[in-house]
Amino acid sequence: MDSPAATPSVPTAGLTGWFANRVADVGDLAITLIASIGDVALFALRTVGWLFSRRQRRDVLLPNFYQIGVLSLPVVALTGLFIGMVLAVQSYAQFKAIGLQTRLGSVINLSLVRELGPVLAATMLAGRVGSAMAAELGTMRVTEQIDALESMGANPIYYLVVPRFLGCLVLIPTLTIMADFMGVLGGYLYSHGVLGIDYHHYWANSREYVDAFDFLMGLFKSFFFGGAIALVSCHHGFHCDHGAQGVGRAATNAFVHSFVLILILDLFLGIGLNNVHDIFRPEGPRRLL
Amino acid sequence: MNATATEPMPLPPAADQPLLSVDALSVQFGSQGVLRNISVNLAAGETLVVLGESGCGKTVLLKTMIGLVQPTSGEVRFEGQPLGLMTERQLAHLRTRYGFVFQGAALFDSATIAENIAFPLREHTDLRDPEINEIVSELVGEVGLPQTVLTKKPVELSGGMRKRAGLARALALDPQLILYDEPTTGLDPIMSDVINELILRVRQRPRTTSVVVTHDMATAHKVADRIVMLYPLSRLGPDEPQIIFSGTPTELDQSGDPRVRQFVEGRAGHRLDELREEQARGAAWQAAAPRNQEESP
Repeated sequence: MDSPAATPSVPTAGLTGWFANRVADVGDLAITLIASIGDVALFALRTVGWLFSRRQRRDVLLPNFYQIGVLSLPVVALTGLFIGMVLAVQSYAQFKAIGLQTRLGSVINLSLVRELGPVLAATMLAGRVGSAMAAELGTMRVTEQIDALESMGANPIYYLVVPRFLGCLVLIPTLTIMADFMGVLGGYLYSHGVLGIDYHHYWANSREYVDAFDFLMGLFKSFFFGGAIALVSCHHGFHCDHGAQGVGRAATNAFVHSFVLILILDLFLGIGLNNVHDIFRPEGPRRLL
Repeated sequence: MNATATEPMPLPPAADQPLLSVDALSVQFGSQGVLRNISVNLAAGETLVVLGESGCGKTVLLKTMIGLVQPTSGEVRFEGQPLGLMTERQLAHLRTRYGFVFQGAALFDSATIAENIAFPLREHTDLRDPEINEIVSELVGEVGLPQTVLTKKPVELSGGMRKRAGLARALALDPQLILYDEPTTGLDPIMSDVINELILRVRQRPRTTSVVVTHDMATAHKVADRIVMLYPLSRLGPDEPQIIFSGTPTELDQSGDPRVRQFVEGRAGHRLDELREEQARGAAWQAAAPRNQEESP
């Protein structure tokens, strides 16, 4: 969407002029922000429209799925493993002070499946795949490949955005499961192998405090994260400025904006899902300590 | 005609109706005007060359003709049907009657040359793979490329080969109207003439109409039936027309307009001094009104 037409500023002097200019700056910023949000929303609507109006070709989908899912697995697994171990390292001293080391499993695993697993998988996806998508589509924009698609009567949203959107949406839950699994494994290995916590009590406490809702809550959130990463990154690629600098900026902004959006979504989805949890379990959350 | 038919039937074009007409077209990006009140008609079978210096809006005009750029005012009609009133689906269908040869070829990096040329056939026809492969092979031969390029990626080809592959892709659906965006820019003189020869051969296809945007006088003289010359808006007064010449190549050579003569003869004249003055004016304007600088594109 084009920015609003420029209006010539009237030079004003003194404090009043300075204040008027600052108000105008805030107004400009607000208009740009609202226009950008509207633009992304329209982009998202068109993507969802094409998702349901025409079937995707297998030879277009599979390379995208491979790029998004298979190639992201090792890095997500590795970060999951280390974050599980780090949680054990950081929590152990506090739990030992009150003699509840065996409860370490419950806090590590609960943190992982509810928050860290989905957010970590989404962050790695935004960094590894989101930036690459923005750079790839940005290069296609700059070299007129997107115009070429349109000039041949093909829809660029259908060909370029929908496969990436589907890939992120379908594969981010599997990456989240991998991050959860490796985190749980890393936390256990460190707690049992290095800190010497009894494995029976470690798992018994984990089973008692972590249930299917916690796991499914993380998976549910991951769908939103995946969709947000694909839409924000593809939008940045589609609206890339000219030149190498424009492509670089699109890639950087794709990651930064995706990451901020992941955290905002995480907060509001967390609040909403906790309310849902309260409906099904009116007695409130089980106490960890 | 069946008087009881309920389905709306597209009206056949009138015999004297232009294939494409551009009426009072203006395009503005933000606060910057690019095209102002441009009107051009294109008859079926004609080859129109759009000349003009860099930045005068030639490519924007070409992209407006296929609906890739939306006009700020005015309209483009194809066989009398305004592009601006078409739905996305109708416009996509209409574009199968166009071929667009981009300045940098705009071949898809991730696909082979064969896949690039086959793309419009796969998108818009029900042809099977062997038939598509046969057409692709013929097209590659028609633009003078060896069959060995079919399995290569665009990055493995030279600039001239890429342009010819782009032309082959544009010809895949046997289009009625072909738009060339600076087809010879960046090529050596021999390869430029090869491209000119190809444009001439393409126009011999039945019912093929062409628009060639260029600043290459050799191309203009060789392929044009008619030439229009655009002038940059920034150098025109508010009431001056942006099309400063319209006529045949011979008339272009005989034109007495100093702006046309300067372009045809390729003389810088006082242009360097004018560019310096423009730059100085721009810098002074930016210093006086820093907020305006942020708002201009």
